[in-house]
Amino acid sequence: MKRIIPLFICLLIGFSMIIQFFIPHPTSLEFGSTIYKWVIVLIVFALVLAIGNLIRHHGTKIRRQKKDWPYSIVTLSSMIGMAIIGLFWGIQAESLFQKIYLNVFAPLSATMFALLAYYMASAAYRAFRARSLEATLLLAAAFIVMIGFMPFGQYIHPRFPAFAEWVMRVPNMASQRGILLGVAFGAIATALKIILGIERAWLGGKE
Amino acid sequence: MSTDPWIWIGAFLTLMIFSFLFKDNPFYKFGEHLFVGVANGYYIALYWHNSLKPNLFDPLSAGNYLYIIPLLLGLMYFTRFIPKISWLVRIPIGFMIGWGAGLAIPAHFQAEILRQLEGTVITPESFTNITAGIWSVIIMVGVVCTLVYFFFSREHKGILKPTSRLGIIFIMIGFGASFGYTVMARVSLLIGRIQFLLGPWLGLIR
Repeated sequence: MKRIIPLFICLLIGFSMIIQFFIPHPTSLEFGSTIYKWVIVLIVFALVLAIGNLIRHHGTKIRRQKKDWPYSIVTLSSMIGMAIIGLFWGIQAESLFQKIYLNVFAPLSATMFALLAYYMASAAYRAFRARSLEATLLLAAAFIVMIGFMPFGQYIHPRFPAFAEWVMRVPNMASQRGILLGVAFGAIATALKIILGIERAWLGGKE
Repeated sequence: MSTDPWIWIGAFLTLMIFSFLFKDNPFYKFGEHLFVGVANGYYIALYWHNSLKPNLFDPLSAGNYLYIIPLLLGLMYFTRFIPKISWLVRIPIGFMIGWGAGLAIPAHFQAEILRQLEGTVITPESFTNITAGIWSVIIMVGVVCTLVYFFFSREHKGILKPTSRLGIIFIMIGFGASFGYTVMARVSLLIGRIQFLLGPWLGLIR
């Protein structure tokens, strides 16, 4: 029963969603929309669990004064502060919440990702060696796209940016489409296995 | 130079994160932990206002008791802390997985199989412009060869050998182009941060 009930719910909801997709009747659309709202609620509850885990992790670090514990105070206090501001003073435009988002969250997030530019370039320098035809093609395609999308590409040859765009639009699209088709077939097969209860890894190992 | 304290905060936080390029240091650690905290706080408030309140508490307070079901399903997540009934956590997971799998089948079929095949198939309209026609043929050949490369049910010999070889050539060009494109996206973020430091903060550029 501990496994059958969850498997049955998975089967029922899975088939309902497939059938619902092919019936464009208002009742069916209403059903799909209600289930979607329920799923959003479940996602939020899962998030609560994740936040609880984060609080427990940093709380333990502070209590036991583990390595770098003062930074855990920064994480917990900024999380609680941001949540309180958003929950009690609202999240509308021009609010303090949006100001913190624009001037704290956005710069931190953009800089974190910008930092990756350095590491990707240094990793590429170490990994990209034209040892074989395939490696040379990879290197050449990356070089063409990078240079072609910069204003500098125009100075190498006036038609260089157009060539970079052609690489993106034709050979790149061909391979991406092939991969996408393979991924789609794989995803459909996996989804069917899950709905039919053939794939049960999500139930966990215990009884 | 800016007199807006918010700009100064943004500039200092940007420099704190960039300081990691020198080495791991307390300023970077502060910025990193602040980022995690603010991001989580942001999503708590956002999910409350945009997800939980309109999709659970508003319908419930309006008397729509059907929404007790997602509330109970959501609460079942916490049964994992009670060993005797911890198996109940499988019910909301089963619900979510069933929903995702059920939705994925028609969605993948429509958006990724039919649409992609529609764009790949060569029709007389593909040759209204001769250059576009040639590109369509290359795309068709590339898609077929890429698929053949991932076809492992038969050994790659005979006609499958050159076809899969051509497939790997297309795949490598695709991977290279995707890598280049990703690097460019990150570089544009980097340029954005440098522009912020030199423009709104220091006022050196407009």
